[in-house]
Amino acid sequence: MSNRRPYVRSMDGWWKRDPYFIRYMAREVTAVFVALYAIVLLFGLVRLGQGEAAFNGWLQYLKTPWMLVFHLIVLAVFCYHTWSWFNIMPKTMPIIFMGGKRLQPGTITGTGLAASVVACLAVLFIVRGMS
Amino acid sequence: MAENEKIIEIEVLRYRPEQDKEPVLQTYKVPFTDDMSVLQGLQYIKDYLDGTVSFRWSCRMAICGSCGMMIDGKPKLSCKTFLRDYYPGGLRVEALAHLPIERDLVVDATDFVTKLESIKPYIIPKEPRALEQGEYLQTPQQRDMYEQFSSCINCMLCYAACPQYGLNPKFTGPGILALMHRYNADSRDGGQAERNELGYADEGYWGCTAVGYCSEVCPKGVDPANAINQNKMNSAINYFTRFVTPGGAGK
Repeated sequence: MSNRRPYVRSMDGWWKRDPYFIRYMAREVTAVFVALYAIVLLFGLVRLGQGEAAFNGWLQYLKTPWMLVFHLIVLAVFCYHTWSWFNIMPKTMPIIFMGGKRLQPGTITGTGLAASVVACLAVLFIVRGMS
Repeated sequence: MAENEKIIEIEVLRYRPEQDKEPVLQTYKVPFTDDMSVLQGLQYIKDYLDGTVSFRWSCRMAICGSCGMMIDGKPKLSCKTFLRDYYPGGLRVEALAHLPIERDLVVDATDFVTKLESIKPYIIPKEPRALEQGEYLQTPQQRDMYEQFSSCINCMLCYAACPQYGLNPKFTGPGILALMHRYNADSRDGGQAERNELGYADEGYWGCTAVGYCSEVCPKGVDPANAINQNKMNSAINYFTRFVTPGGAGK
């Protein structure tokens, strides 16, 4: 007769076990904020379809103190979202060789971050040019 | 004993199935010198303090993959981790997380070994070659495509680092999927179709959510997270094209 009795440990609260898991969960949670903000923008699009007054009303609503606070929180969350996803991006890509040398993970992350900064600046300039 | 010898407290998570209902901590005071690894600390306990403590080890030089354990909550090879780095605070050693504890620091590796066999971890030649035709040739760049993934020593630290495996042990897991990629990415190999059935399944590449901790803890720089995630694109393409390619739907 076997005396084996393998013990399986509980996974309860696993994500609090290691700071690495907390950072991972934070990265995943940022996606919820991205979805929330997409809803805000979609709402703006609906208001735009309802005419100028409705759209201006939506713009005014965005300037209320609570919405400004919301925007600041979302901005901070989006910065983390951008950094954390570009940070994991090299893991999702096949090994790339450029000029006989392997493309380093830092280069991939850096290029992604630079592209997002350029995209943000481009949007800012376009919006400034329109207003 | 040398005069400058220091004493460190090592907490060991004990589990003796014949007497313990659940694992319990036991503390040992171990004299140590700066060149002693955690494994040597455990060997001191077994030789001089308590012969009933069980743990696996073999090579003492980070190549056999036997002595993996949780050291202060992190998956590490105990032969490659030094007691001096935990002094004067002491340290806690536990069996590798996410794997069933067989006894004390020994885990049940049955699941890992079964999965390892299932992925055909050997080269299935793309084209049969007779001995007189000579060896299969490969360029240095073709070798670079799989070389780092071939460094795996089956220590299972990545399994102890993977919460997805802990939550769902059906997930093939980082180390084995990295090995699967190692053979699939080899220019001499032609076994992709056979292995991908496992890789493209729910328990294969898609069980990974890119936590990335597996690559962080790997003592051999294998980077399982990269091996797994670079296959998701191919898997997605396979999923959408299998309906239009002849004979693809059955896969």
